[in-house]
Amino acid sequence: MQHEIIIAGFGGQGVLSMGKILTYAGLMENKEVTWFPSYGPEQRGGTANVTVILSDERISSPVLNEYDAAIILNQPSLEKFEPSVKPGGILIYDGYGITHPPTRRDIRVYEIEAMNTATNENMSKTFNMIVLGGLLKVLNPVKLDSVMAGLKKTLPERHHHLLPVNEKAILRGMEIIKEK
Amino acid sequence: MENIVDPANLVYDKPRLMNDNPMHYCPGCSHGVVHKLVAEVIDEMGLEEKTIGVAPVGCAVFAYNYIDIDWIEAAHGRAPAVATAAKRLNPDKMVFTYQGDGDLAAIGTAETIHACNRGENIVIIFINNAIYGMTGGQMAPTTLMEMATATCPYGRNASLNGYPLKISELLVPVEGTCLIARETVHTAAAVKKAKKMLRKAFENAMAGKGTSVVEFVSTCASGWKMTPDQANQWMVANMLPVYPLGILKEK
Amino acid sequence: MAEEVKLLKGNEAIALAAIRYGTDGYFGYPITPQSEIMETLMDEKPWETTGMVVLQAESEVAAINMVYGGAACGKRVMTSSSSPGISLKQEGISYMAGAELPGLIVNVMRGGPGLGTIQPSQADYFQTVKGGGHGDYRLITLAPASVQEMADHVALGFDLSFKYCNPAMILADGVIGQMMEKVVLPEQRPRKSEAEIRREQPWATLGKTRDRKPNIITSLELDSSVMEKNNLRFQAKYKAIEENEVLYEEIQCEDADYLIVAFGSAARISQKVMELARKEGIKVGLFRPITLWPFPTRRLNDYKDKVKGILTVELNAGQMVEDVRLAVECKIPVEHYGRLGGIVPTPQEVLEQIKKLKN
Repeated sequence: MQHEIIIAGFGGQGVLSMGKILTYAGLMENKEVTWFPSYGPEQRGGTANVTVILSDERISSPVLNEYDAAIILNQPSLEKFEPSVKPGGILIYDGYGITHPPTRRDIRVYEIEAMNTATNENMSKTFNMIVLGGLLKVLNPVKLDSVMAGLKKTLPERHHHLLPVNEKAILRGMEIIKEK
Repeated sequence: MENIVDPANLVYDKPRLMNDNPMHYCPGCSHGVVHKLVAEVIDEMGLEEKTIGVAPVGCAVFAYNYIDIDWIEAAHGRAPAVATAAKRLNPDKMVFTYQGDGDLAAIGTAETIHACNRGENIVIIFINNAIYGMTGGQMAPTTLMEMATATCPYGRNASLNGYPLKISELLVPVEGTCLIARETVHTAAAVKKAKKMLRKAFENAMAGKGTSVVEFVSTCASGWKMTPDQANQWMVANMLPVYPLGILKEK
Repeated sequence: MAEEVKLLKGNEAIALAAIRYGTDGYFGYPITPQSEIMETLMDEKPWETTGMVVLQAESEVAAINMVYGGAACGKRVMTSSSSPGISLKQEGISYMAGAELPGLIVNVMRGGPGLGTIQPSQADYFQTVKGGGHGDYRLITLAPASVQEMADHVALGFDLSFKYCNPAMILADGVIGQMMEKVVLPEQRPRKSEAEIRREQPWATLGKTRDRKPNIITSLELDSSVMEKNNLRFQAKYKAIEENEVLYEEIQCEDADYLIVAFGSAARISQKVMELARKEGIKVGLFRPITLWPFPTRRLNDYKDKVKGILTVELNAGQMVEDVRLAVECKIPVEHYGRLGGIVPTPQEVLEQIKKLKN
């Protein structure tokens, strides 16, 4: 089993760290993993993306041109990556700031109102965890327990009190994602 | 040969660390005298087994042929960087560079300033003779105004060549330096005084006080196209007003 | 006890592996996409544990000369940079080769020429394996294709460079430097003591003891007859390296009709291409040089009678392809496919090239 995932949005939305948490969760399940980010100045306010691969076997290329799942957090990323989702694959997007929603019919499209939810429910710091919750609900590449174990491992001990807040955000994301 | 002089009557001897290799320096060149002082200071401080010298590119490139200590020959201008690593990786050693004006004040300006700014516990020995001797008498950053060289044959001209670079003065406000002094070796008295300064610099390095820079205003009789005696007189009359002697900084 | 599996960026793996190797010193200057190497070292503070020196130099030029100075003292010292910075280091690398000094240089390549781009590239192949600096010298060159190899090649590079008293380079690129993968770090080794260095590197400048002559580290020799002898000694050493130190990986090459030859990140992409091609019934094998110098010429030569054609995949305009053509003596078609300027080719577009080669 192999999951090839792209996460794309604006720099500062937590795109790279969401990918990192997903990758750590894969590590917790003894999967083979790769995490390959866009890097450099484009991180700062521009568009950022990260390719995450979770697999039961040795991973060949960390760079891909088609994906099982795309998580899209802004319009430029939607235009760039909607065509790259494999037929039958999954596209998750946050409608906030999206002027031209996805149009493909050969993929499963989900909308998650993570930005609005984060703002309204005072969860702006865990925006990306809400999105991650959505992914866990519809694709389930790793178990929630593994995500939490990965978070615990990567967060410095002094931040461990934030674990419940993050878990809450993931659970909220699972609730609010809906198929289009 | 050894028996010619009765040891009881000996008043002057070649430094123990200087070997018998024939020197390539021209008659009247200051390098030989400064080499002698370096060899004497190392020996008198008992640092022979702890000293690493870093030789430059320029006339002193062969310094390693004359003083019997361990030497690293650096690329042009990079001696302070080479010395930085040698000292940081061997904090108990005595590390010094020996550089000319082109090496230290032209191609290696960045390495000079930054080694000093980090306060590397090394000694930088700077031979300033206002000319490139090794390559045949071209202009140096320290060449005096109006002074003719192979690459400023009509004399140094400010609009074309800029001005004599007073690098030692430039290093005074650099926090990492603990001693900056300018000496000469053209008279016996000057040699004696210079040696004391060199020893102080070596002691600073071993005590971890920061970077010491000892500049020697020097002669290049060949490059200046003079006899050794003329060169000494010319240096006193022309170089010393621009590069005045003394301690520029001590802390 | 099984070592802990860590998730690290390639750059981080290099830094941590350097500490574990017992490296004495790192000297560097920040440049994207490899700055995490020095950042990780500074964060780890190895001077408090192993005594390793980590210093941010004023320039790449100063950094390589610090490596020269440390190596002259027999120490395990290294630097890292990316393409433009590596160009600046070439003088120092030539001096190290000329003075027969060991040392490790890491190049996490980005696209050029000039300031170019910060995105991944393999356009420094020629610079690395054909010279770079001046004079007849060779640079031992390792091409990691995974984060694990980034870590492993630190020890391999240092060991080879000390075995032959010659600088070695890890030639990675932005993909391998920036990606995260699972990695198991080597066991912590102690740094060498001064007594060990004096014994194992008797040429090192650590202060002249009374029982030996001065040690002088230099690449200068004005007597041409001696300088020629020096060069002949270097050449004999390079020949020995070519005889003994070639490394490569062959994946599904036994039954292959077509071979992809690729190194580093291009090899990872090519492995995917190989999988895709085999799904379509095209028997493709992957030959991955691990040492770029010495190049696996002899082993590749065996394939001139076994496969119908070779495609080299490189993140450049066609550099290693020349060495592959020489290796197979131009007896079979050898084509190149590459993307330039920081663009990484996708497996699909490389697959199209394989199909072209087939037709």
